[in-house]
Amino acid sequence: MATTLPPYATTGQKIWYYAFRVFCGLVFFYLIFPILIVIPLSFNAQDFFTFTPEMLRLDPAGYSLKHYRDFLGANGDYSWLQAFSNSLIIAPAATLLSVSLGTLAAIGLSQPHVPYKRQIMALLISPMIVPLIITSAGMFFFYSSVSLQGTLAGVILAHAALGIPFVIITVTATLSSFDRSLTRAAANMGADPVTTFFKVQMPLILPGVISGGLFAFITSFDEVVVVLLVGSAGQKTLPWQMFIGLREQISPTILAVATILVVISIALLTTVEMLRRRSEKLRGMSPG
Amino acid sequence: MAETSTNGPMLAADGTPLKQSLAKALKRQKRMALLLIAPLLIFVLVSFIMPIGSMLMRSVQNTAGTDYVPDILPNVVVALEDWDPATGELPSEAAFKAMAIDFAAAFENKQHTQLGRRFNYETPGMSSLFRKSGRPISRLKIDQVTDFKSELIGMDKDWGKIEYWATIKANSGYYTASYYMAAFDAERTLDGVQMKEPDQRIYQKLMIRTLWLSALITLCTLAVGYPVAWLLADLPLRTSNLLMILVLLPFWTSLLVRTSAWKILLQEQGVINDIWVAIGFTERLSLINNQLGVVIAMTHILLPFMILPLYSVMKTIPPSYLRAAKSLGADNTTAFLRVYFPQTLPGIGAGALLTFILAVGYFITPELVGGADGTFISNRIYFQFSSMGNWGLAAALGTIMLLIVLLLYYVYDKLVGIDNVKLG
Repeated sequence: MATTLPPYATTGQKIWYYAFRVFCGLVFFYLIFPILIVIPLSFNAQDFFTFTPEMLRLDPAGYSLKHYRDFLGANGDYSWLQAFSNSLIIAPAATLLSVSLGTLAAIGLSQPHVPYKRQIMALLISPMIVPLIITSAGMFFFYSSVSLQGTLAGVILAHAALGIPFVIITVTATLSSFDRSLTRAAANMGADPVTTFFKVQMPLILPGVISGGLFAFITSFDEVVVVLLVGSAGQKTLPWQMFIGLREQISPTILAVATILVVISIALLTTVEMLRRRSEKLRGMSPG
Repeated sequence: MAETSTNGPMLAADGTPLKQSLAKALKRQKRMALLLIAPLLIFVLVSFIMPIGSMLMRSVQNTAGTDYVPDILPNVVVALEDWDPATGELPSEAAFKAMAIDFAAAFENKQHTQLGRRFNYETPGMSSLFRKSGRPISRLKIDQVTDFKSELIGMDKDWGKIEYWATIKANSGYYTASYYMAAFDAERTLDGVQMKEPDQRIYQKLMIRTLWLSALITLCTLAVGYPVAWLLADLPLRTSNLLMILVLLPFWTSLLVRTSAWKILLQEQGVINDIWVAIGFTERLSLINNQLGVVIAMTHILLPFMILPLYSVMKTIPPSYLRAAKSLGADNTTAFLRVYFPQTLPGIGAGALLTFILAVGYFITPELVGGADGTFISNRIYFQFSSMGNWGLAAALGTIMLLIVLLLYYVYDKLVGIDNVKLG
């Protein structure tokens, strides 16, 4: 395969070249189409999940903000808004917990001599690998026995545990390229370990810490199974509400919620990409 | 290096031997590192590992509600000790008396229905017997009744069923293997433990379906993801970074959004079927609530986990290798099969294992688009857990699944190394 088609390419090579690109184009379409399609559908004036003839004619009457108003409680149902605000409490709290503990541990793990490093890593990353239904069933049993089941604290603890692998992976990756002589230089010039950490190490690994935090945030923000089992009616999150809505009677408000979530994902992805480039620049690698 | 004036060992600045001083520093470094890791390790142990442990315990604990069965039926356990169900005879009068005493106490503590439900998992019908017998048995005057056997059987003739008593005897310990038996589609009969009839082996069927669909989905992500990863690795960085957004955006989008998008697209009155009809076909396709729907949606959802590891491996293969192969006379197919493909194998291994591990545990997507024949073992665990309340069986199924996943995780660690997991 070549990036550009040379002028001497045979017919067979040309066919192959274009077929390959068309196939890849179709895959990109498959990847992005389902995510983008919900955006126009969410402005449907009717309660349908497909395009109405008015929408296809681009008739303004076919479009409305009805589903968004319903999300905000225009129909007297504030459950979506309530779920959204629950999510906005749980996700940041869980993120804060996993980032602070995770960053410390990642720094510890990146020291040159750590006994049982591989085993510790395997243990810390396992919440990402163990199926969620197993994790949540276990958490249900255990948290019930210590009366954390059905409480906000229980859900936050559970989500923090799920976010930890992402923080560990991103922060250790950033630290692997961290130049240790910088901390020695700081110590040489009289800085104590705490000052060295905050003035030298932290600013350099901050991009990694923030992207780890964003991963942890989205993990909690998007999580259903644990909330279903560990939480109770008082901890209904946005995904919980969506899951129940999709399983029982599917309401078009879901389209508006989905669109809002897609916009949030785009914002998070942009932030992470910018951080990655900044981090590569800091490390002296060529910016993408 | 400091030179020492004496013939003794090299000394550090403070006068201790250098070797000792270095060992001390190393030890301090290790302690420091562990101290930094400790808070998180404790946190993960408490919030994650102990819950998993309590699930493992649940799968063998013989409990009804919150109490162990032998603690609810202490006298029955003793009275049934010498009884052998294989003789075909009912237990002794003493056992019936013990049952009346324990049952009345259980009724007092409102445990008899939970106890009935516990035995009902083994032998259907016992739940209703226990529920119905609650009040009548509690009214018995224990010290006035002479023949408990005929009294109980007179109350409900089900008390005269040997298989019920056999179930009680078989499940009277603190720990039980019966949940695992159920999870492996075996049952305890009067002739010992036997496999269920082939058409009743639901968990085997479900386990095989889960593994087969996960393998199929992994294969689909590989078939679709390999060319895309190759293109991304081959294009100039600026273009590939732009196209990479199309891979990363789904990765960052909520799983529920993607699942609901597929539910909306694939349904009978959905966009895809509308286009299908508009093209001129009359029959609408059934794309959802079946295995096809699960494969389409999950391939989409897991595709980034395949493309990203493939891409990071392909990025390291110099394009000149392929050119060299061709200039040495290989045709396109040979050059690909003998030169390029073998070098991408680590990426294929990493991507396929990760995709498969994640697919095996999927719950939400099969639940929402799977219908009856597209559900996974996770869905059954959830059903047993929330609808049937059979926590022991849910825990046993979960433990079996956990073992499969941990085995794959171990292989992944050996082949790829967990510290090589890449996120975006």
